Amino acid sequence: MKIEILGTGCKKCKELYERTLEAVKIEGIDAEVIKEEDIVKIIEAGLMSTPGLRVDGKVVSYGKVPKVDEIRKYLK
Amino acid sequence: MISYILNFGWLEDLVTKLLVSFGIDMETRLGGSVHFFFYDVIKILILLSLMIFFISYLRSYFSVEKTKKILEKMGGFRSHIVASLLGTVTPFCSCSSVPLFIGFIEGGIPLGVTFSFLITSPIVNEAAFIILMGTFGVKVAILYALAGITVGVVGGYLIHILKLERYIEEYVYKVKMGQTDIKKITRRERIEFAKENVKETVSKIWIYLLVGIGIGAVIHGWAPEDLLVRYAGPENPFGVLVATVIAIPLYSNAMGTIPIAEALINKGVGIGTALAFMMATTALSFPEMVLLKKVVKIKLIMIFIGIVGTGILIVGYLFNYFL
Repeated sequence: MKIEILGTGCKKCKELYERTLEAVKIEGIDAEVIKEEDIVKIIEAGLMSTPGLRVDGKVVSYGKVPKVDEIRKYLK
Repeated sequence: MISYILNFGWLEDLVTKLLVSFGIDMETRLGGSVHFFFYDVIKILILLSLMIFFISYLRSYFSVEKTKKILEKMGGFRSHIVASLLGTVTPFCSCSSVPLFIGFIEGGIPLGVTFSFLITSPIVNEAAFIILMGTFGVKVAILYALAGITVGVVGGYLIHILKLERYIEEYVYKVKMGQTDIKKITRRERIEFAKENVKETVSKIWIYLLVGIGIGAVIHGWAPEDLLVRYAGPENPFGVLVATVIAIPLYSNAMGTIPIAEALINKGVGIGTALAFMMATTALSFPEMVLLKKVVKIKLIMIFIGIVGTGILIVGYLFNYFL
């Protein structure tokens, strides 16, 4: 599974990254978690409000930092 | 009675009673400062938490994506007004300025309209509005909001008239924005959003508030009134100018500057001077410029500072003159 954190590196993006790592750990799945900080790539993903979360190429959340439980749902 | 509740007269009396019962003399400077500190901290925290919750709930009906859709379909001067109004209510974190800017431009929204949104958004927000209301009353809060919207409308319109599109970085035009669906939000998610917002705002600004109120308390007790009135009173023609210029490099939270403004106003500083200072700290903040630098050339940022700065000056003078 490929998970991307879309954001230009603000505080919320880091928070989302941490929470995602935690969610991956709880779910015990094999996933690659990457930070995508390139603004052009972020726009191409269709985002105007960061941070965003993209799982296997599909944007599942944007403009907020979802709770760990919510992130877990996206990973299923 | 309503104004006694809304203006926190009850809290003022309560804090006085408590302090007196602890043997603090309200007539001394220390007593005055301590009263100011506790009264302000409690008042602002109550106001903030309650009202941010309700306003955030309403705000959850807006989103950057919807705002973009509305503005894409619009044109003319009217779109500046709508952009500015939406700027006050659309939930938007300044760290998203860059993607928002590119998204708007990519969607064909004119540069000036984009700026109308970007100028008003930081100046008028629920936290600033609420604290202003608690500190200076409903009238000042509404006038402040109207002034912020006007600066956004006129500022954005001027940027439009000046045809500054050539100062946008070229890559902005080349980006092709992807599609995302606008999510349906349930009531529970709205409540969650509102709660998160309260937590986030309070945790972000409490330190500014404490420091701001602390400084305010010291000013309240110790600042020499005649000196302040002379240099920053409504009569001094340079007061607003100095306040605005000082505010630009000063990256503070608007919320933190309000308690300082309150104390200064009580000491005779013009209310327009204080509000100009507040607007300038939010609208012309240095970190915001650094972000904007990623999408526009430095010259446009300079023009932006010039236009918005002038707008704030005018607002400051008008407030000093009429209030």
